[in-house]
Amino acid sequence: MIRAVLVMNTQGRPRITKFYEFWPVEKQHEAIRNVFSVLCSRAEHVSNFVDAESIFGPDSRLVYKHFATLYFVLIFDSSENELAMLDLIQVFVETLDKCFRNVCELDIVFNYSKIHAILDEIIFGGQVLETSSTEVMKAVEEITKLEAASNAINLVSKSVSNWRSR
Amino acid sequence: MAGSSIMENLFQRTLEDLIKGMRLQLIGESAFISKAVEEIRREIKSTDPHTKSTALHKLCYLSAIHGLDISWAAFHAVELMSSSRFSHKSVGYHAAALSFHDATPVLLLTTNQLRKDLSSPNPFEASLALQTLSRIATVDLARDLTPEVFSLLSSGRVFVRKKAIAVVLRVFDKYPDAVRVCFKRLVENLESSDPQIVSAVVGVFCELASRDPRSYLPLAPEFYRVLVDCKNNWVLIKVLKIFAKLAPLEPRLAKRIVEPICEIMRATGAKSVMFECVRTVLTSLGDHDSGIKLAVSKVKELLVDEDPNLRYLGLQALSVASEKHLWAVLENKESVIKSLSDEDSNIRVESLRLVMAMVSESNVTEISGVLVNYALKSDPEFCNEILGSVLTTCSRNVYEIVVDFDWYVSLLGEMARIPNCQESEEIERQLIDIGMRVKDARLQLVRVARDLLIDPALLGNACLHRILCAAAWVAGEYIDFAGNLFEIIDALLQPRTNLLPPSIRAVYIHSALKVLVFCLDCYLMQNEDGNLVVGQSDPFIGKRCSVAPESATCQSSNLEQHDDLTFDPRNTTGSPEDLSVFENNADTAVTQGPAITHEYMLGLVDRIELVLAPLTANQDVEVLDRASNILAFVRLVKAELIDNASQKANTADKKDTQVSAIITLMRDAFVTDLGPVSVSAQGRVAVPDGLDLKENLDDLSALCGDIELPSSSSFGIGGPQFGTSSDATSTGLLKNEESGLVNESTSLLEHRKRHGLYYLPSEKNEISQYDYPPANDPRSNSNSDEAAELAKLTEQSLVLKKKPNQTKPRPVVVKLDDGDVVPLPISYKRPEPRDDSLSGAIKDILLGSTTKPSSSQSNPSDKSSSKRKEKKKQVAADIPSQIKENLGDAEGPGLENPGSSSKDHDYVKERRERGKEKIVEGEGHDQKARKKKSSHRHGKHKTRQKANSPLNVVSQTPEIPDFLL
Repeated sequence: MIRAVLVMNTQGRPRITKFYEFWPVEKQHEAIRNVFSVLCSRAEHVSNFVDAESIFGPDSRLVYKHFATLYFVLIFDSSENELAMLDLIQVFVETLDKCFRNVCELDIVFNYSKIHAILDEIIFGGQVLETSSTEVMKAVEEITKLEAASNAINLVSKSVSNWRSR
Repeated sequence: MAGSSIMENLFQRTLEDLIKGMRLQLIGESAFISKAVEEIRREIKSTDPHTKSTALHKLCYLSAIHGLDISWAAFHAVELMSSSRFSHKSVGYHAAALSFHDATPVLLLTTNQLRKDLSSPNPFEASLALQTLSRIATVDLARDLTPEVFSLLSSGRVFVRKKAIAVVLRVFDKYPDAVRVCFKRLVENLESSDPQIVSAVVGVFCELASRDPRSYLPLAPEFYRVLVDCKNNWVLIKVLKIFAKLAPLEPRLAKRIVEPICEIMRATGAKSVMFECVRTVLTSLGDHDSGIKLAVSKVKELLVDEDPNLRYLGLQALSVASEKHLWAVLENKESVIKSLSDEDSNIRVESLRLVMAMVSESNVTEISGVLVNYALKSDPEFCNEILGSVLTTCSRNVYEIVVDFDWYVSLLGEMARIPNCQESEEIERQLIDIGMRVKDARLQLVRVARDLLIDPALLGNACLHRILCAAAWVAGEYIDFAGNLFEIIDALLQPRTNLLPPSIRAVYIHSALKVLVFCLDCYLMQNEDGNLVVGQSDPFIGKRCSVAPESATCQSSNLEQHDDLTFDPRNTTGSPEDLSVFENNADTAVTQGPAITHEYMLGLVDRIELVLAPLTANQDVEVLDRASNILAFVRLVKAELIDNASQKANTADKKDTQVSAIITLMRDAFVTDLGPVSVSAQGRVAVPDGLDLKENLDDLSALCGDIELPSSSSFGIGGPQFGTSSDATSTGLLKNEESGLVNESTSLLEHRKRHGLYYLPSEKNEISQYDYPPANDPRSNSNSDEAAELAKLTEQSLVLKKKPNQTKPRPVVVKLDDGDVVPLPISYKRPEPRDDSLSGAIKDILLGSTTKPSSSQSNPSDKSSSKRKEKKKQVAADIPSQIKENLGDAEGPGLENPGSSSKDHDYVKERRERGKEKIVEGEGHDQKARKKKSSHRHGKHKTRQKANSPLNVVSQTPEIPDFLL
């Protein structure tokens, strides 16, 4: 089972946090800080594993990948395969790339709900449910459409917000 | 009202505004956040759902990214969940998934909304609800929503069905009875043609099986089919994980799967699948040589891969293999040792672990030597990692693999000198431990201790103080092995010892006392023998000690500084050849008497007095105490020595003098060997009458709350506070009597009176009588009746009967049969497989369809294992499963459960009828099936299950509509 998905930038600012079991927010952020302090001390071109048991308790493993300014981190237990988890990070990043065309940190900063929609399609309650980025994209587009449609009914606010953003 | 809400709406900041605003704030981010939260708190109360949803959305963002606690907004989340608009609803659900936990009070309000959305025709709404349910489901939610989840398990939309399957995991976890409803349908999904569905189901079973594998053994045929047919790597990995759990439970299963797994290992192009196969074979199929060989060859490929990840995993796989197949590690020795210098610390640590796994009696010397040298060159962190693992490996099982203790002790000395060494505590422990356990190592031990002690530079390093403490103790305790008494006593008294912490300084002083006593004793002895040669200028002390040249120079210069004695520096530069001579004499080292001249003794005594006199004003009691003791002794001796000096010629009656008697006495006191003390030593002490160790003393803490803590310390040791503390307890006693709780306190007080000084001395007595605490003390066996309770607790009674095994051709290592290692609590009670309600429920379901005579033929392995398991659990298993078991074995089960309700009886009847049908049906299948391959047979078996399942569901949960009929 996957315990958490974390994305943080190279300054240690969290960009996406998703915990699949309840953790009080303070503990979440403490864990994020601890993870970052380990990650930033690791050289490039070394293995993508970090000992996570000291941070996330027994039977927890951590893999990460470093893309440009971001670290993508997955924390999981022994019922997941380490290499498959690295692939999963790849799937996630690819999907983001498809969604935002050359995804960069800013896309992740500004598209909170969309990012979460994507992540929720891939990982559900800690289990990997979808690994094809096309399928994920299809579902996310549907959801976006649905949200837009439900918002469109609220004509007033929509036009106002359009006007305001001009 | 409406107007205000429009105004709010108009000027509300969206999430995007918030983020933009935040990015402009270079300083004072927290102030900005608290302002934003203030704003949100206002907006979220709005009656306009859009305003509310935007506010909650912002709040979610702040919680996820900035770690804000948003539990206060739980009710607003619930409100939005029930909104009819999808965008609002999704914000509500998102917030709930983010912040709800089992204790969130508003959870109760969500049940109906979740139910409604789960059965919504809009798959995305259902998906939202499932998503949130997978995070927040509690026992109540899981119970109430089981029917909805059940129906979604056969939803036509894959999008929803796979999520329903995944949510089942959480539902089962919280509400095991849901198994009765959902399990059949879950299993059916395994046969789905849609790979996504299969993937989801296999994922769920992988999680379930990792918690309680035995319950899922009956499903092995289904998993086998997936293993053979499936081409999806994700699914394969999960199935392999399941088999890794199941195979150890059933050898026949292991035999079946080893070939397909090897096939996959050979054929697959995906490294992840290949690695999973390797891991499965190495962990769970260890008895199948062909598989192991293939796996090891694959590991070999991984170890030389360019990708550090693969190298790392390869090493991990090897360490999995090392337990049973050490040859695999030895075969890859070169790659492993090469990895020790990898730039990646993960790989280094992993390879170190493997190197340590390869260590054996024959190569421990070389490997440890290489590693310690390597530690010198590596970075501090890895250096200590190396030292730590060398220390643990060598000391494992009471130095099992160490044959040459002289070498090991020298190695400890070397380690102590490594600059970054953080393992001083362990080295300290081992130095002392070896001293006590291995008589033959003491000579070398003293030599190493001496080398450490005489180096004044080491005293400046605070990390080494613990080791120096051990060295000082060793030098004092085993002084009779020392080559040169004088340099040791000089080392112990050197001025730089004031850098030591008081507790260690006290050890130094105490050791100096031991050495002094030994010197005096030698002096007396030699005089007695009439060997005294006054003014001998070339004592052979120098010949007897071996000093490394570099330490000799610093030592001699150091000694000269403060040495007012006639100490000839060339004496210290003994050559190594002399060493062997000395070793031969080691046992008779005591006869070095000629070296000790009368003048020297006097000088020594003077010097001790000089050095220690200032310490009588030391602030630390330990130091003060010991210094005064030794000073008093020195003054006593000195008077006599001077006396004797005047009548040197007449040494014959010296022995009769008072001082020699005292010295002999002191010598006798120190000459007793100290042995290792068993950790369970206390267990051997008989529990006195009237002492109830199991008594609950919780009340006592309340009563003694106002009493000072010392009472507890005097409990074990006695000591100066003893009197006062017993007063304290007697006041406690009075209080107790007033409050009427006499029992506990009186027994405690009585115990303290009788045994306050009892525990430790009792062990000491044993030591002095037997040199070492006897391993199989007959008395401890006789005690064991009285101490039965304690014995049970430490489990020592089991181990006591074993004979010590010390037949190895190496120095005798004193081992205590019990209590060298603290017994692991796990070994005490063999952990019974968890019999929680989930596995119980699953067993019910699976046994309901498999524990029939017919099925026992078609799938004997399943039958036998599940029966075994059933028998084990009979006591705890719930009633229906018992009934079923009975049904399988004999007819007429209802009578055996007179306590069960009428509902159960009905159920039993129904089951019985069905059971009969099944027998007939099953046999028919079986005859056909036997001719076919077993995988097909499983398929048949499966269809039978399917045929029965709908009825089963109806019978157990009538409120659930039957969708299959």
